[in-house]
Amino acid sequence: MTTDMTTDVADDATARAAADRSAEVKRLQRREGWKRRVPLLPALLFTIVVTQVPFLFTLFYSLTDWRLDTPEPRQFIGLENYGSLPDDRFFRDAAWVSVQMTVLAVLLSLVVGTGLAILLDRKFFGQGVVRTLLITPFLLMPVVAGFIWKTQMFSATFGVLNWLLERVGVEPVEFATKYPLWSVIVVLVWQWSPFMMLIVLAGLQGQDTSVLEAAKVDGATSFGVFRQITLPQLRPFMELGVLLGAIYLVQVYDHIEVITGGSPDSKNLPFYIAQRSTGGGNVFGLASSYSIIVVIATIIIANIGLRVLSNLFEGEAP
Amino acid sequence: MSDKTGPVVGQNRPLSAFLGLLTWAIGLLFFFPIFWLVLNGFKDELDANSSPKLFFEPTIDRFTEVTEETTGLLSFREAFFNSMSIVLVSTAIVMLLAIPAAYSLAIRPIKKWRDVLFFFISTKFLPIVGALMPLWIIARDLDLLNTRTVLIVLYTGMNLPLAVWMMRSFFAEVPRELVEAAQMDGCGLYGQIRSVILPIVAPGLAATALLCVIFAWNEFFLAVQLNPVDGSTIPVWVASQESGRGNFLAKLSAASLLATIPVVLAGWVAQKRMIRGLAMGAIK
Repeated sequence: MTTDMTTDVADDATARAAADRSAEVKRLQRREGWKRRVPLLPALLFTIVVTQVPFLFTLFYSLTDWRLDTPEPRQFIGLENYGSLPDDRFFRDAAWVSVQMTVLAVLLSLVVGTGLAILLDRKFFGQGVVRTLLITPFLLMPVVAGFIWKTQMFSATFGVLNWLLERVGVEPVEFATKYPLWSVIVVLVWQWSPFMMLIVLAGLQGQDTSVLEAAKVDGATSFGVFRQITLPQLRPFMELGVLLGAIYLVQVYDHIEVITGGSPDSKNLPFYIAQRSTGGGNVFGLASSYSIIVVIATIIIANIGLRVLSNLFEGEAP
Repeated sequence: MSDKTGPVVGQNRPLSAFLGLLTWAIGLLFFFPIFWLVLNGFKDELDANSSPKLFFEPTIDRFTEVTEETTGLLSFREAFFNSMSIVLVSTAIVMLLAIPAAYSLAIRPIKKWRDVLFFFISTKFLPIVGALMPLWIIARDLDLLNTRTVLIVLYTGMNLPLAVWMMRSFFAEVPRELVEAAQMDGCGLYGQIRSVILPIVAPGLAATALLCVIFAWNEFFLAVQLNPVDGSTIPVWVASQESGRGNFLAKLSAASLLATIPVVLAGWVAQKRMIRGLAMGAIK
């Protein structure tokens, strides 16, 4: 009896102590959790306020008929702006230019960049110098890149390309007016191939050389090794390049402004949206609905890309 | 990695030499437009505005013209100063915010560090044009249109996610034992970062800062939409000169050179680390 009681009391005490301890542990954990979170908060809050909140405003604007050039107050018109999009020829044209420009520039850059990376991934005299020469276009200010190509390469009167064409007896062409879309794409590929090259090069240099050598010893041809071993290993790198490239190239504006000034055949959605809103068009409501379409399209691309990226994260310790 | 063609090299010397030459040729071809820009910067207008000329009498007059001229809506010098201050201030703020954030994601990670990291990088995926109109309206209502402040804030927002992404990958390589030892010795967050982590990640930090500087220095879209006059930056200056003034080709080439040289040099110096930081953020 007495022993029972003492054990009861003892049990009670240990239970209380355990409860206290677990409360204490929880409190400490919470404190620890906050301690870990605090350094993150300023960056997180800043990012949310500056990069996320404006999108909510855009979404709201897109449901109104807001124009800055009339004194009438904006009215809520629901999805009317979106309903008018399919019949909006200028929007459709700009959207089609966006698609062509992004897809062609990304794919061509990837092909050229991969080729360059393979060439660079061998020992030869002056390897480092050539790599430096090749990445320089990527470092160039886009406005300056456009300026060089427009006035000094494409130009019918002073351009180097036309000078070359004349040597072989072809009439000079004002490339930027005659082929506006391709003029922009050429400059984009010139700037973005080096970027793709650097990413693919990182992949090539991370390869397991023993596998390659084993394949060689087994009598595989260089091409066979490349197609069956190297290429699959490069895939994630190429996907990363395509993702990052696409995200930047959807938004191209600088090159268009400088090279063609936004002529109809080279005007993509970002250019058109800016023109219709802050660039003097003033139809903030309608232009916002264009923006939302761009955002949705980008989210779809990015989601596919992010899935690829998060696969890459598997296996990394938390 | 380079000797993976090892056994074959001996048999294929001519091919190997040919490929080396080919790579050189392509490299020079890629660089040619920039080489041409340099040449034009040293020409006088007459030589620049004629059929392409390889040989001419070089002069540095265009550079002095560009740097000393004060006429026009905005002089090159003012634009250069605007760019400098915007880029340096925004990069400093980015680093101040990104370093503690990277600590929270890599050294003593919070529970959902992966989700947070992906949130940061996903903000880069949203096209800036989707935020253009509210940004313009907010800037107008706060009386910030045409100021440097608005670009400082926006460039900080633009580069912060990228900086967090890169810094995390550099921080992840700091040996945890070192940080724990410092903690045992009673080092606070600030002390740990300053005396243990920063010395190890300094090269990565420099590469990250450089990349932020490059992106901010080259940015044109926001600058031209929100800031077309007083606080104009270098890209806005270059673009505004370019339109319709063909016979200033040599002067504009000189200006373009001055505008790009800081960034190109920085990129050359940091090329290896920058790409590692970008790619390794995702791939280990």
